[in-house]
Amino acid sequence: MNAKDLRHPIKRARGLGSAQSGVGHWWIQRVTATALVALGLWFLVTVLRLAHADYTTAHAVVARPWNAVLLIAFVIAMFWHAVLGLQVVIEDYVHTRWKEVSLLVLVKFLAVLGALASVLAVLRIALGA
Amino acid sequence: MAEFTLPKNSKIQPGKHFPAQGAKKPRTFRIYRWSPDDGQNPRIDTYEVDLAACGPMVLDALLKIKNEIDPTLTLRRSCREGICGSCAMNIDGTNTLACTRAIEECASGDVKIYPLPHMPVVKDLVPDLTHFYAQFASIKPWLRTQSPAPDRERLQSPEDRKHLDGLYECILCACCSTSCPSYWWNGDKYLGPAILLQAYRWIVDSRDEDTGARLDDLEDPFKLYRCHTIMNCARTCPKGLNPAKAIAEIKKLIVQRRAA
Repeated sequence: MNAKDLRHPIKRARGLGSAQSGVGHWWIQRVTATALVALGLWFLVTVLRLAHADYTTAHAVVARPWNAVLLIAFVIAMFWHAVLGLQVVIEDYVHTRWKEVSLLVLVKFLAVLGALASVLAVLRIALGA
Repeated sequence: MAEFTLPKNSKIQPGKHFPAQGAKKPRTFRIYRWSPDDGQNPRIDTYEVDLAACGPMVLDALLKIKNEIDPTLTLRRSCREGICGSCAMNIDGTNTLACTRAIEECASGDVKIYPLPHMPVVKDLVPDLTHFYAQFASIKPWLRTQSPAPDRERLQSPEDRKHLDGLYECILCACCSTSCPSYWWNGDKYLGPAILLQAYRWIVDSRDEDTGARLDDLEDPFKLYRCHTIMNCARTCPKGLNPAKAIAEIKKLIVQRRAA
């Protein structure tokens, strides 16, 4: 007989109990989604208007303070939202614990690196480095 | 990873054929069969039933098969009027109750009948719902109060009673939970639409005084937040309820009690 057969089903159902978290993830995913609707539209319009521009024009547009601020906001919201979404996908489908944890950490590292690199790029242009 | 293909011993084989002799109005039923005793893979048996001598519901046909054609066919049934939830199964591609699903409502061609999806099978159309019931018990589905018990019933205004409409009708047939992909992949931890609807039924009850503790128990990335509003639950519920809405209300309450 399997040792697990001796346990009452309620033991398995209750498991480790509630993690007392999850609402933060849920709320931030929705807040960043809302922000991305506005920021995404702005980003799209800005990029489309630069479609036929040369390097100096594009450089000057990014260097404008408001554009730089919005661009940084867009990049942060985008990476944040992406990492929350990917986290859900990994938790849903990857059921080998070590793979799940490694992937979750890797995705978060990559998102932070991506966000930092993007912000630095905008700042270098905006601050004229 | 979540498994997307059936293990070798679950692959379905072609099964037996039971033709109807001299039927006036024959209809073919293709039914999932599996027995734990013979070491065989599951198979699909084909039964031809004379609808001229059969009641209108899928359950009528199943009982006719069991009584007159093949007594080994195993299924759960009890009330035959959609209130006990025993005969929940996958009929014509949808989880529903065999007793309230008319044969005529099924798409033309063969009527395909399987057990509820992604559950361990006990035999034929009987799924093992042990974990499902244990999850129900885990939410402590009874009135929890702190105030001293009154000498009579705890009263509820008609307005407050209205909040239970669309919730109290749930018969725990498990059609919704077993239609939910999130419950398929993470049913060990995710409570699923049926149990969350039941949890909300107690959260919203004006007489229950343990709302905070109930929300505490649910606030978990897996128990509650595996719901991705896929909405299969609302689409399949044979009682026309909307578990997805109940889940959304729980999420709203958990947001409500914290700072934005």
